[in-house]
Amino acid sequence: MALTNNRVDVPVIVDESKCLDKCKACIEVCPLDVLVKNPDTGKAYMKYDECWFCLPCEKECPTGAITVQIPFLLR
Amino acid sequence: MEIINLEVDFLVVGGGTAGCMAAVKAKQKSPDSSVLVLEKANIRRSGAIAMGMDGVNTAVIPGNSTPEQYVREITIANDGILDQSAVHKTGLLGFDVIQELEEWGVKFQKDNEGKYDLKQVHRVGKYVLPMPEGKDLKKILSRQVKRNKIKVINRVMATSVLTQNGRAIGITGLDVRSGDMYVIKSKAILLCTGACGRLGLPASGYLYGTYENPTNAGDGYSMAYQAGAKLSNIECFQINPLIKDYNGPACAYVASPFGAYTANATGNRFISCDYWSGQMMLEVWRELNSGKGPVHLKMYHLDESTISEIESILFDNERPSRERFHAGRGENYRRDGVEMNISEIGLCSGHSASGVQVDEFMRTSIPGLYAAGDMANVPHNYMIGAFVSGRVAAEHAMDYIKDIDHGDVDSDFINTERERLLAPLNNPNGIPHTQVEYKLRRFVNDYLQPPKSPKNMKIGLEKFIDYKNVLDELGARDPHELMRCMEIHFIRDCAEMAAKASLYRTESRWGLYHYRLDFPNRNDDEWMCNTIIKKSLENNEMTIFKEDLKPYLFDVNLNKEKYDVSVA
Repeated sequence: MALTNNRVDVPVIVDESKCLDKCKACIEVCPLDVLVKNPDTGKAYMKYDECWFCLPCEKECPTGAITVQIPFLLR
Repeated sequence: MEIINLEVDFLVVGGGTAGCMAAVKAKQKSPDSSVLVLEKANIRRSGAIAMGMDGVNTAVIPGNSTPEQYVREITIANDGILDQSAVHKTGLLGFDVIQELEEWGVKFQKDNEGKYDLKQVHRVGKYVLPMPEGKDLKKILSRQVKRNKIKVINRVMATSVLTQNGRAIGITGLDVRSGDMYVIKSKAILLCTGACGRLGLPASGYLYGTYENPTNAGDGYSMAYQAGAKLSNIECFQINPLIKDYNGPACAYVASPFGAYTANATGNRFISCDYWSGQMMLEVWRELNSGKGPVHLKMYHLDESTISEIESILFDNERPSRERFHAGRGENYRRDGVEMNISEIGLCSGHSASGVQVDEFMRTSIPGLYAAGDMANVPHNYMIGAFVSGRVAAEHAMDYIKDIDHGDVDSDFINTERERLLAPLNNPNGIPHTQVEYKLRRFVNDYLQPPKSPKNMKIGLEKFIDYKNVLDELGARDPHELMRCMEIHFIRDCAEMAAKASLYRTESRWGLYHYRLDFPNRNDDEWMCNTIIKKSLENNEMTIFKEDLKPYLFDVNLNKEKYDVSVA
């Protein structure tokens, strides 16, 4: 079956300059398990577009690297 | 896919409100027993109260109300369909739970004299106890689990209940990161996996932008059903008045004690009580269809300090992203009403009254299998009911397991389950779970969203049954996608049950939750009973039948006492 990659506006925005390579706080607390580390950069990003806009990732980030924005369809 | 075998005395499936309490109570009662919490996410931030809770809905505090008064109010609110002895437990033990939570560091609102500051939101009686600092509730619970040295396995989703000769003996699970399969034997199992929050499709278009925590996909409803347990009154849907476009509640129950209220477009009241019920939802639906919509939570008539206080509660607890939702739209409670709309449908006994059938000890119809929290049918049970039911189940289970040995796992069943789990991974170019789920839940909206009409429900039921074949087309590229695929199996089971039960009960009851256009009236002569769904173990077909209610503990004259929240 043919599959395509769709570009979407995602809620979880990571400031890579603040994201710590060895920290996994956001990944561990996300109820939907949508965050992972980019193996090339060591920075967290939202891999799966399955957000509940619940904010534990932002609240538990020790450096304030994460911002959850209300995604486009809800804005 | 490795198979990991474990053996414990008591297994708690789901580490949310009910599960954390159950694990702690089991360990306290029987310190030498092995207790395991299996959690699909991470118990630090999982379940319905992942981001805390702004108040308690069902607090029976001595001096304010009695367990009997509470049972009477819920009997009337739920149109008479309940097991009063189970609801009574919430009334009897809720105060204990509140005091224990306080010892653990949870703060409840108190007045100047140091007494619990209860608010009236229900039609009659004060049962709402605000928790303005409730944001860390889940962290406090998970700390207690840790302190009691209870073993927790995060990121493993249970996929089926193992049985032997009609007794529950364990579960299978999927590690949603590694893709490994778990086979866990346990003498007793508590299912507390929350609501079926991903049944209807939110109007926003976001599959996971549901009212309930979307990790709660009806896992426990489906697993209990597949194991042969009884489920009751599944036609009694959960439907909530939410902020339009946003997946959180407007929270009139928080704001109304401060003078806020639900109003129509002219700014006038149309419901007399802001406690959530099917009857209230029917009034909202009628108002929206009367030309007097939209409806909104009205606070703009209040003074600045009151609005600030309401904001400080609503923007910190339960669904804190609402603050930025309003900010992005330039909305301000000082000027603007909070536009509300009717949510997608779900199944959740914590709010309404549909779930796995349990008795007052939270036993399901399968020995060794317990249910608690939102998925156990104890009407209007909310958060305090989840705590109480988790505790009651655990304490009963620890007695039950004393004289029980572990069962023997059927290796054929494990092989079949392993193949079921492997199927989407072996088909990586199959249809993506997002599309399979979207279509299923679109059918739910099309054919089951109340008001219900018979032909629609029949079409829906056929589509949900046919959809079993569509599930064979699912493709997954990693364990995470596989988790989502298996959740669609749960959702499909729930959809079929919802259609089947809604067709069966040929009357209207619980306001909008079960409002049938072809049978618009309540018919107590024929339907003052439970409807029970159960899988036939002979042919695996879904069966449905009536079952008598348990005798009431407290007489309530339901002909005289009607739950009416309309404003004449």
